[in-house]
Amino acid sequence: MSDTILETSGLTKEFRGFVAVNGVDLRVETGTIHALIGPNGAGKTTCFNLLTKFLPPTRGTIRFKGRDITGMRPAEVARLGLVRSFQISAVFAHLTALQNVRVALQRGRGGSFDFWRAESVLDRYNARARELLDQVGLGEFATVPAGQLAYGRKRALEIATTLALEPEMLLLDEPTAGMTHADVDRIVALIRRVRQGRTILMVEHNLSVVEGLCDRITVLTRGRILAEGDYATVSRNEEVIAAYLGSEAGSVAHV
Amino acid sequence: MSLGFSRAQATAMVVMVAFIIVGPAVLYPVFLMKVLCLALFACAFNLLPGYVGLLSFGHAAYFGMGSYIAAWTAKYWGLDAEAAIILGGLCGGALGLVFGWLAIRRQGIYFAMITLALAEMVYFFCLEAPFTGGEDGIQQVPRSPLFGIISTQQDMSLYWIIAAIFLGGFLLIHRIIHSPFGQVLQAIRENEPRAISLGYRVDDYKLLAFVLSAALAGVAGAAKSQVFGIATLTDVHSQMSGEVVLMTLIGGIGTVFGPVVGALLFGSLETYLAPFGDWVTVTQGAIFVACVLAFRRGLIGEIGARLKLGL
Ligand SMILES: Nc1ncnc2c1ncn2[C@@H]1O[C@H](COP(=O)(O)OP(=O)(O)OP(=O)(O)O)[C@@H](O)[C@H]1O
Ligand SMILES: [Mg+2]
Repeated sequence: MSDTILETSGLTKEFRGFVAVNGVDLRVETGTIHALIGPNGAGKTTCFNLLTKFLPPTRGTIRFKGRDITGMRPAEVARLGLVRSFQISAVFAHLTALQNVRVALQRGRGGSFDFWRAESVLDRYNARARELLDQVGLGEFATVPAGQLAYGRKRALEIATTLALEPEMLLLDEPTAGMTHADVDRIVALIRRVRQGRTILMVEHNLSVVEGLCDRITVLTRGRILAEGDYATVSRNEEVIAAYLGSEAGSVAHV
Repeated sequence: MSLGFSRAQATAMVVMVAFIIVGPAVLYPVFLMKVLCLALFACAFNLLPGYVGLLSFGHAAYFGMGSYIAAWTAKYWGLDAEAAIILGGLCGGALGLVFGWLAIRRQGIYFAMITLALAEMVYFFCLEAPFTGGEDGIQQVPRSPLFGIISTQQDMSLYWIIAAIFLGGFLLIHRIIHSPFGQVLQAIRENEPRAISLGYRVDDYKLLAFVLSAALAGVAGAAKSQVFGIATLTDVHSQMSGEVVLMTLIGGIGTVFGPVVGALLFGSLETYLAPFGDWVTVTQGAIFVACVLAFRRGLIGEIGARLKLGL
């Protein structure tokens, strides 16, 4: 029996009269990989912003691990174990890959206000940081400034940084967007490996990734949930085919 | 080097220390002490725009209050030099805690405007409050002995103390930048939303940086009041806030040595152009405009960029 880790009810976000997210009731079960898909502008990123408190909802509530987190601040939500990545790659550009991961490790393990200590005390996190970099295939780029990494590697670094916090739940916003085939395969393999003991909610446009990875899919259009279910169910849904793929209708089943 | 200096910085450090040691043989010690106080002030200020990305337009408030508190306690309580200066720093820090807390939730220009407005309040408080001596300031502050035993009456004995305070403050700032805390500050500056998403309460980090900056500005002001034996409205005036921005800008915001060079240049112009009366301000202005136009990254920033070195 699986239980619910994240649950929203009536989640709504209006931007000056424009409703970007409209009465969304989302339920994510513990230990699953759950996809949030939908056409551009459907409100997926806005949903993530609401769930991680980067935006205050206009209406509705959010519960994480049974706690109402609707009124919390983003940093507190992250500390509860709900950590997000961003659609646009978010690395600390002038820090090396290793330092990027250490910044996350440092947050989890304390001492971040120590302004009188030498930076070298952070070396105690190096071993763990290297492990995490190896895990995403960035072992040899440890000393490269993150800003100089290729796009796919930046995304991989982001995932390593997020994993450093050992979050119970990850929200990944298009983790494979703009990646080469090889990079996509690496990320998919990585997500498979790190799902142990975690719940993942991901926005993903690449349907073959969704098909291969996700246990459950929620389709969002114009801020509303259109359909929900496993890949087979959702990909056969006429409305989904019409709304999500438009002129390409029918191709869902063949991706 | 355990202090975290790069080789270029270590070289610059040696040059700076040599200048401090040899300086008084060539130049007036009082002039050099003034420059050292201004340099510490500028370095303290630089911590915010250079390493947190916050532009404060009201740093004279912390410098000036440090100066007043040190002068008053040295004169009326007969505090020793070190106690008066520490108290000045604590006072700057405490004021920074309150003002920083009020300002930090605002971004960009709003942050700058709030710091400016709060500093204006401090100015008018100092103008009206009985203990500051109004227009006259606090005068004839005795140069109290260090730890009650080491005399500071002679310019040269006070000079070494001021030099030590400056170097201590300078190294502390360098350490702050290269500490675990400094690493978080850099992360916040580069990508604040990402830092938040990792669970950092970024306002707390900005506030601590603000308090440290204000406290060191307070120390600089306190040291200056010991050098000149006075604390006046000049130290809390918005012109002083503007001057510290200029010094830092000319030397190079976000460089370790830039504010020191900026303070030296600024202090020299002020002192050596003094005979020319009103033309000082005009000449200063012209030189600054020329500097800013020619070296957009500041003198040190520009040199560092040319040589591909972080200074
Ligand atoms: N801060 C904002 N202010 C006003 N409108 C916004 C804001 N953020 C998003 N929107 C609008 O809300 C709608 C949903 O945007 P959102 O970014 O959530 O879409 P998305 O599903 O993530 O799309 P994509 O697949 O392109 O990433 C869009 O029409 C967008 O223009
Ligand atoms: Mg999006």
